[in-house]
Amino acid sequence: MIAGISIYEILTLTTILFFIGVYGFITRTNLISILISVELIMNASVVNFVIINKYLYPDMLQGVLFSIFIIAVAAAETALAVSIIINLYRQIGSVEVKETEIMKY
Amino acid sequence: MDFSSFLLMRHEIILLVITLLLLVAEIFIPQQKKGSIVHLAIFLFGIHTVLGFLGNVEGALFGGMFRNTPMIHFFKNVLNVGVLILLLQSADWLQEKMVKQHKGTEFFILLFSSLLGMYFMISAGDFLMFYLGLELSTLPVAALAAYETSKRISSEAGIKLILSAALASGVSLFGISMLYATSGSIYFNDIAEMITANNLTILGMILFFTGLSFKISLVPFHFWTADVYEGAPISVTSFLSVISKGAAVFILMILLFTVFKPLMHVWENMVYVIALMTMFIGNLFASRQKNMKRFLAYSSVAQAGFILLGIINGEHLGFATVIYFVLVYIFSNLAAFGVVQAISLKTGKENMDDYEGLYRTNPKLSLVMMLALFSLAGIPPVAGFFGKFFLFTAAASKGYYLLVFLAVVNVTISLYYYLLVIRAMFLRKNENAIPFFTNKLYMRLGLVLTVLGIITLGLYSPLYDYIFELSKNLM
Repeated sequence: MIAGISIYEILTLTTILFFIGVYGFITRTNLISILISVELIMNASVVNFVIINKYLYPDMLQGVLFSIFIIAVAAAETALAVSIIINLYRQIGSVEVKETEIMKY
Repeated sequence: MDFSSFLLMRHEIILLVITLLLLVAEIFIPQQKKGSIVHLAIFLFGIHTVLGFLGNVEGALFGGMFRNTPMIHFFKNVLNVGVLILLLQSADWLQEKMVKQHKGTEFFILLFSSLLGMYFMISAGDFLMFYLGLELSTLPVAALAAYETSKRISSEAGIKLILSAALASGVSLFGISMLYATSGSIYFNDIAEMITANNLTILGMILFFTGLSFKISLVPFHFWTADVYEGAPISVTSFLSVISKGAAVFILMILLFTVFKPLMHVWENMVYVIALMTMFIGNLFASRQKNMKRFLAYSSVAQAGFILLGIINGEHLGFATVIYFVLVYIFSNLAAFGVVQAISLKTGKENMDDYEGLYRTNPKLSLVMMLALFSLAGIPPVAGFFGKFFLFTAAASKGYYLLVFLAVVNVTISLYYYLLVIRAMFLRKNENAIPFFTNKLYMRLGLVLTVLGIITLGLYSPLYDYIFELSKNLM
């Protein structure tokens, strides 16, 4: 618990974080920025799980446990995405979204 | 200590052992004999598939995080059969192309890891196990989509798949956190007892549904499908469209029918609209495709729309019809992809125009393709007709007559573009048609198995009764 801050403020913050992530995913034109946006979404849910656990259900640790797993899996996901981006960069010399459109319609 | 309860996980344990054995084999088999790994992997997986049919098991492990019912056990066997056929069809491609680039074994390791993730996903008893299974089933497939590292198109498919999948799982996690906030537990059983229809749970459910819709590629979350299917190697494409989609449909259905049952009056409206959009957009886009992989991608989007017709039923009748349809769909789509794979391997051609006059040069292949497309379109003698018919019955029994009518309109549209391929193969003449070629043993076996599946599923009705009996235990 944080003194003077209720759960509403923190949940508002995580929701804003989540929608910043979604907005970034749709509007960014760089693959790395898109990856960062996805990380924002993941982290919004991590904070959500910890806060809900701490404020509402402090006697069980399910939410905290869940958040640890999310962090680990998100790291694996980022590593894989970055390795695919590097492979793409070797072939086209760019990480822009508009370069990755040889398949259309 | 008694370890016999771990027999509940025997599918998972055997598959893990196979994966580790292949890893060891990769280290110790010398470079010039690497081709033998393909035979080893197919042999081991064949044994695993047969072992799966021995006896049903039921129970829960790890405090309810992992559970196994006869229905889940049956569906794991279905997935096994699908993967076995897929391995048979891709063996030649691996031998001729990938083993020479020294990366034959990775294909099996990644594919089996993904299948392991699907096992855990469909027998999950809480959201943590579900999430881990979902990620374990998605990440290896993304690596597989970017498997042909020398091709630009394959890397593009990989990056599109991994970014879409990451977004989907992030959105669905946010939904899960809301469900956790309202019920205080991540176990399916606890949530099912606690859940009531208020704004927070509805928002949580919608976000969660969005995450799984990406995997099943329902409209409006289907944008990755066509590009990934076109860019990835054909074996990976058929894995994505058949096995991965089937597993996701299964777990979505279990969750909607058990955990979200109290919210049914909300999700049936949602499913109604999404089913209509998925069928129309999938079918209309499919009718203007020229590349066979893209064509099958949009056709699989449209098929997902038909699956929703069974889900909207909300009872065990709907469950049984969807499982039956998925079974039929696995065989039909694997047959279609098998033919595309065979032709692409010999000639490198993937466009619909290249198939012109195929019947004159390769009559057997074009007959297999015709059977597969008839089954996908739902023409009576083959299995696909009964699959669609049961789905429509399930939706009509709840009074969704308008939806069923529009679905029948969609079947007509789909018939048009499936017949385009058949016309190209049988009626068109072409000076430089694909010359006659013979397939190797594995590919032939894979195609024969799919044909047998399509025909027997249509004619042998006790199988549907068996699925129907199993589905009663679920609720």
